[in-house]
Amino acid sequence: MSTATVAPAALEMPADTYLNSSFGIKSWFLTKDHKRIALMYLVSISLFFLFGGTMAVLMRLELLTPAGDLFQSDTYNKLFTMHGIVMVFFFLVPSIPATLGNFVLPMMIGARDLAFPKINLASWYIFMIGACFTFSAIISGGVDTGWTFYTPLSTQYLNTHVIAAALGIMIAGFASIFTGLNFIVTTHRMRAPGMTWFRLPLFVWSQYAVSIVMVLATPVLAITLILVALERGFHIGIFNPQLGGDPVLFQHMFWFYSHPAVYIMILPGFGVISEVIPCFSRKRIFGYSAVAFSSMAIGVFGFLVWAHHMFVAGISTYSALVFSLLTFIIAIPSAIKVFNWTATMYKGSIHFDTPMLYAIAFIGLFTIGGLTGLFLAALGVDVHVTATYFVVAHFHYVMVGGMLVAYLSGLHFWWPKITGRMYPEPPAKLSALITFIGFNLTFFPQFVLGYMGMPRRYHVYPPEFQVLNVLSTAGASVLAVGLLMPMFYMLWSLKYGEIAGNNPYRATGLEWQTTSPPPTHNFHETPIVTRDAYDYESLTEEVEVVG
Amino acid sequence: MSDSTVAADQLQHHREPELVEQFDTLEQQKDVSQFGMWVFLVTEIMFFGGLFAAYLIYRNLYNPAFVIASSSIAISWGAINTGVLICSSLTMAMAVHSAAVGARKLLIFFLVATLILGFVFLSIKGKEYYDKWVEHHVPGANFDFNYERAEKGEVVAPPDVASQTSIFFSLYFAMTGMHALHMIIGAGILIALIWKSYRGAYPPHHYTMIENFGLYWHFVDIIWIFLFPLLYLVSRSPVH
Repeated sequence: MSTATVAPAALEMPADTYLNSSFGIKSWFLTKDHKRIALMYLVSISLFFLFGGTMAVLMRLELLTPAGDLFQSDTYNKLFTMHGIVMVFFFLVPSIPATLGNFVLPMMIGARDLAFPKINLASWYIFMIGACFTFSAIISGGVDTGWTFYTPLSTQYLNTHVIAAALGIMIAGFASIFTGLNFIVTTHRMRAPGMTWFRLPLFVWSQYAVSIVMVLATPVLAITLILVALERGFHIGIFNPQLGGDPVLFQHMFWFYSHPAVYIMILPGFGVISEVIPCFSRKRIFGYSAVAFSSMAIGVFGFLVWAHHMFVAGISTYSALVFSLLTFIIAIPSAIKVFNWTATMYKGSIHFDTPMLYAIAFIGLFTIGGLTGLFLAALGVDVHVTATYFVVAHFHYVMVGGMLVAYLSGLHFWWPKITGRMYPEPPAKLSALITFIGFNLTFFPQFVLGYMGMPRRYHVYPPEFQVLNVLSTAGASVLAVGLLMPMFYMLWSLKYGEIAGNNPYRATGLEWQTTSPPPTHNFHETPIVTRDAYDYESLTEEVEVVG
Repeated sequence: MSDSTVAADQLQHHREPELVEQFDTLEQQKDVSQFGMWVFLVTEIMFFGGLFAAYLIYRNLYNPAFVIASSSIAISWGAINTGVLICSSLTMAMAVHSAAVGARKLLIFFLVATLILGFVFLSIKGKEYYDKWVEHHVPGANFDFNYERAEKGEVVAPPDVASQTSIFFSLYFAMTGMHALHMIIGAGILIALIWKSYRGAYPPHHYTMIENFGLYWHFVDIIWIFLFPLLYLVSRSPVH
């Protein structure tokens, strides 16, 4: 990279950026610029995250004492349902693809925009329409099915606003289909000259894998939720046992989407970590193609493990055996990634900047989350801990300890590219530390609680569980502080942060070659790629020569 | 990574007015939008796939109910509709061809013909739905498979089988209803395409919209080609 030089002393904001190219409400709400759409997504999902987080805090408050002294059980049912629905469908699924992916993917491959900018904008509107439906259900009294909408509870026995909530999720699903479709076509057809498949940054590989999963799995959720709505609205009987329907079929169809959706939520996180670790270890990633192919393998195997959510639902022993085996197999590509990241750090020149702190936290927390997934894949253990706090702790280690931490890592990493200004390093490091401590304090006790037999989704519990629950609630307050801090200092940095310059971390990757913030068309001249990704060794040599 | 760059003006000289800014050439633009359309059709296959899976499972579980319920559907209307839909695919293919050779009047003619055939299909479907309503074959409170069947001299289903036929009709309405919804959306797009063709928006070097819509229309047609035998024909044998 002959153009890379050590940053000069005085940096200035570039004159021509995507932020100052046009002004006014219309220039945002009718924009076709992937970077502005990414910011609109960022604001929306941050608000949804605050809402979902508030629900979580209320639940933890209720669980401080064994008695149900803050909420009635109905209210508590609504709280965990709305927490689940909002966090899964309106935060985790769109989080990295629609914000960071939308922002950097076209730049990473050297394109001026995504293949279908109008569809990209439409996806945000569809997402918000879906959110309106779901939030109208929440405002008009809430839903209490659990985020899984299990039949016949959701279709026959509940009197809440299931149809509006389900249709909202179905509509928001089309937003992720559109995002996935856009990413697939963009990655195939819009790469800059010289950007071959095996020179793609691994973030692009993970987005590509996740897009395939989105495109193939989300339509099945759509038709499933339509059938639930039809069943409630018109009393057709596809899932109704009184009419000969099979409620377990609902579980099959739901998890056929929702298990791959777990990978929709975690794969983009893998992509972020694969960018951050080489950058702050100043080393080429260990085993590039192994990491790339393990993303694809997770995408494929992710479709073949759904029934491990149903080991106690009366499926046959033999199919349970097969699904258990496949679930063990899917741990292999995840483990390949973890080993490759740690091998990348080995003998690297490691810098503990905030994105790297989050990335290291990710590796540890995701490993715990992944390994406890193997406990659950084992048929005997699964029967013991199904629907207990063990499961809750397991998927929060993957979703919060994994995905949310990776999202924060990526958000800090690309913040200078998005805004042109650095986040302040000391509070950022502090918040990473607080988040890590608070997270473990919240969720580690839940493993123990679950193993001792405390079931999920109850607001009262026997007094002997109180100590661990108090620990967990205390952890949740610490975690809330850690997660709220970035909102303040990042907003602060918009005005007062140091000006970042094009490439503050001296990272490889085309997105760092353009100005920060980038111009509307990303590059003033179409780049031509002549090197592999993560070529940090020769970058260091050249800097030494130039410097 | 980038040691040199392509001069910007080299890419931007004589850009056609139809070429949107993120692409370099019209060929790339066409290629990209067709690829996108195929990916979209894959999502549609998965969408209907859920219904086909449910059909498969219940047909195996409740075979006698599926046989008797399937035999109760008037085969003639379904067959006519299949013919209508295949004809509409032909007119759609002709429309794409007309666009390719730049015959604007023929393009409009064939698009209008496709639209009319689509409406004929939907009207016949509506008539079939009405018949189901009269026969009390719509799932819900009024569902009664054996309603007036004995009076008409038709085979009366035993009580357990009769209640299981409700599953067949649930699937019948869900599958044909989703298909009809796709037809209605398609008809809406067709009206817009006819208007824009009239305004001359699809010259021979830029008719990808027409071609992509053709792909969609043929896809909806193919879904029916699967629905017709599964719902009307495949169980049509005497009850043993």
